[in-house]
Amino acid sequence: MADNGILEITADNFQATVLENEKPVLVDFWAEWCGPCRMVAPVVEEIAKAHEGALIVGKLDVDAHPEIAQRYNVQGIPFLGLYEHGKLARHAVGAMPRPQLEAALGLNG
Amino acid sequence: MPDVHDLVIIGGGPAGLTAAIYAGRANLKPIVIEGFGAGGQLMLTTDVENYPGFPDGIQGPELMQMFRGQAERFGATTIQADVSRVDLSERPFGVWVDDEEYRAKAVIIATGASARWLGLESETRLRGFGVSTCATCDGFFFKDKPMVVVGGGDSAMEEAIYLARMASKVTIVHRRDQFRASAIMADRALANEKVAVRWNAAVEEAVGDGKVEAVRVRDTVTGELEDIPAAAMFVAIGHDPNTSLFVDQLELDEEGYVVTDGTRTSVEGVFACGDVQDVIYRQAITAAASGCMAAMDAERWLEAAEDVHTGGPTALTAKEER
Repeated sequence: MADNGILEITADNFQATVLENEKPVLVDFWAEWCGPCRMVAPVVEEIAKAHEGALIVGKLDVDAHPEIAQRYNVQGIPFLGLYEHGKLARHAVGAMPRPQLEAALGLNG
Repeated sequence: MPDVHDLVIIGGGPAGLTAAIYAGRANLKPIVIEGFGAGGQLMLTTDVENYPGFPDGIQGPELMQMFRGQAERFGATTIQADVSRVDLSERPFGVWVDDEEYRAKAVIIATGASARWLGLESETRLRGFGVSTCATCDGFFFKDKPMVVVGGGDSAMEEAIYLARMASKVTIVHRRDQFRASAIMADRALANEKVAVRWNAAVEEAVGDGKVEAVRVRDTVTGELEDIPAAAMFVAIGHDPNTSLFVDQLELDEEGYVVTDGTRTSVEGVFACGDVQDVIYRQAITAAASGCMAAMDAERWLEAAEDVHTGGPTALTAKEER
């Protein structure tokens, strides 16, 4: 885990880390060449910090793992997917400020 | 009440950061609340080819990093947070980031503009599943597939040219019979063998269940409907000014732009620069230039207010007594 509390999700660990996790997992699908992904990255870090212990947060580079993006129907980034019990429970597409993102993902309170 | 700053700048694009450079050099120690979209629209672009001084072009985010570094070098404090509300009805003006309150003698508004959507139900439903305003972000997901770009300005041309690198075909859908894009951009798009144009066509909806399969357009002359097969629809129909914070506090025009005289707004001590008040040019270079103007105007206004201060009651209270 990086020191900002965010896991690196890859094709190899997606199953175990995201789908088989007992805790909810927020996956930030991103890419180097995506401006809005850079904008939302600090927001994702804040959310990771604020929900530490209750929520696992990871990032997946779609450029490095296009097969995962395709398999889970990610067609626009930044794609913030909240997975619970192996399923995509909620999602948000596009960069947005923290209150809106938390509301879209049902992470309030 | 918290400390009163000389100047708070709202917005961290070319306008806000240029204002910060000038205000910093004038020893105003500006606070720049950059907002969530720190860096502004240039953060969403790749090559910026028309900013003077960079003959080989420069990446938008890199350019904004340089702006920010320069502003900080001269004493600007940058804050990467969103302003949640403002109070421009009394001085010193109030600016809040959630519960954190900033007070300032002068405020510069440089909140810019955001991409406009068509406003269709299908567009909202399929956003992220083929509907997008960011070609550089999402073109990648539709390699070797047909794509549609909606719009007729420079951004639409730029997106079409970019997407042609990966699409099987790009159709530009435009509701008129000519582009409003600059000649160089229009020519570049039209010369691309993968780019076609559907003139006189208005988008009715993005067709598809769970993902985009076609774009339904209505011919604005004949009224006929047509489905253009497409895996993605990129919307590039312009921008709307980010002025929701200022409704009922500042004079705005019908489209929501801040009304300015030079950079002065309808409230004394509040200045505006960049795309938030620019209904004509909307370029990085014009935003930067108006940022410089706003900082110089704010500095002069503050100086004049200080002069009043030495003569008795402060300028800030003097106004209330008038």
